[in-house]
Amino acid sequence: MITIDELLRPFQFQFFQNGLVVATIAGALCGLIGVYVVLRSMSYIGHGLSHAIFGGFAVSALAGVNVFLGAGLWGLASALAVSSVTRRRPIGSDAAIGVITTASFAFGLAVLQLGGGADVDADAALFGNVLGVTRGDVWIVSGVTLFAVAVIFLRYRALLFVTFDPEVAEASGVRVARLDALLMLVLAASILATMNVMGVTLIAAALVVPAVVARMITSSFSTMLWLSALIGAFCGFVGMNLSYHLDVASGPTIVLVGGSLFLGALAATGVRGRARLGSVAAH
Amino acid sequence: MIPLLTLDGVAAGYGDGSVITGIDLSVGSGDFVGIVGPSGSGKSTLLRVLLGSVPVSAGQVQRAADARLGYVPQVEQIDWDFPVTVAQCVLMSRVGGRVLPWASKAEKADVSRVLERLGIGDLAGRHIRALSGGQQQRVFLARALLAEPDLLLLDEPTSGVDVRTRHEIMHLLGELHEGGLGIVLTTHDLNGIAAHLPQLVCLNKRVIGAGAPHEVLVPEVLEATYGSPMEVLEHGGMRVVVDVPIDARIIPIRDRSA
Repeated sequence: MITIDELLRPFQFQFFQNGLVVATIAGALCGLIGVYVVLRSMSYIGHGLSHAIFGGFAVSALAGVNVFLGAGLWGLASALAVSSVTRRRPIGSDAAIGVITTASFAFGLAVLQLGGGADVDADAALFGNVLGVTRGDVWIVSGVTLFAVAVIFLRYRALLFVTFDPEVAEASGVRVARLDALLMLVLAASILATMNVMGVTLIAAALVVPAVVARMITSSFSTMLWLSALIGAFCGFVGMNLSYHLDVASGPTIVLVGGSLFLGALAATGVRGRARLGSVAAH
Repeated sequence: MIPLLTLDGVAAGYGDGSVITGIDLSVGSGDFVGIVGPSGSGKSTLLRVLLGSVPVSAGQVQRAADARLGYVPQVEQIDWDFPVTVAQCVLMSRVGGRVLPWASKAEKADVSRVLERLGIGDLAGRHIRALSGGQQQRVFLARALLAEPDLLLLDEPTSGVDVRTRHEIMHLLGELHEGGLGIVLTTHDLNGIAAHLPQLVCLNKRVIGAGAPHEVLVPEVLEATYGSPMEVLEHGGMRVVVDVPIDARIIPIRDRSA
């Protein structure tokens, strides 16, 4: 049986405090953005973008360039490449995402092997590592979260309209392409800020799971936003603690907490929740 | 009457091909126009060209500078499980005004007024799925009307609703038209909807015929539009369109097993 002292022990370590703050804020951030990701059927984009960013991470880490800058630009280039290929060729965006982002991920792995990246902690980037979280990460994730909240607050009406009915929103004067680009920017920034604690392979789950659980509980968009952020923060907080005590990477424990909440919501909401979930899946 | 929208030799479509070509059409604030035609004839595309959401590949679209358009999409295009209430859905058309996410008192009053006008004032707090087909149609009508349009565009407004609801929707549109609102709608329903409208456009990639029902609901125009012979009967002063059975093509069901 674990004692209170044992539960509180990690809080005395600076690295854990940093990791816990980042995981909690990053969870809330992913939960917030995840509402748009889920309702706009962008789950695969989130998944692909996080993988694509690993290519940029590997290159910039080996080249000694700022990882956030390098991976961010790489992610942006990947998103533009997906958009370009989809527009010019007769293939769907899901196929373009599958090819380009997976190739970018594979490129990152190859570069790390060939470049002798022994100093680069690829496992931390792939699966998240509380030891890799620094004070700087706290500031970065806080800044990105403030940016995301500001975008959602100031463009709430337009984002809601575009998420629900993009065609009529466009006809009503909303610049849909510009808003989509802004949302992609927020998504890419969120993935970058979350990468250290979640790992690129598991970020998609942090984006999707809280929003899906929130959707099963509520039918109000505004409630779904704050509830998803709250669920994300809870997953981050509990998952990070479990990560320490179970000695498992932080990414998997955070995702598993989310998965448990999903199962709980599924059991608690019954048919009603499953019907809502069906709508999310079919969207 | 000054036209709100004028189409001059317009061609439009998706990707490389054109769905509609050579469209000449003028719509004003006093018009009530029905666009009819078979599936794939370009009815919805024409409506979207009028709305401005589909770019034209040839010809010109002229829109009056101060023209405000309202659009009611097909119910099949709506995600009825999306987490919004009736009031939240209607308020979407106020996207260009207030920045704050929540509605102001004036906006709430406007939403209540338009919902009351359409007879669904008590449903503001309901989720959009928890409504009947007619109520759902009214929600999107309310959203369009909240923007105070000069011209209302409706894509198959009576698709999938029962006869009573169809009557209710058409009476409602008739009242709005009498109040000065221009209306353009698409429909598959020649007898239940089209025959009751003041003006019709028969479309099959191009405009086959345009005018009052007694001018266009004639066998020649209908056959050219639908590619199949049709008969037109008179019943109580209204035109009734019926299929022409062609013995050579139709095999009685009881004989098929033979």
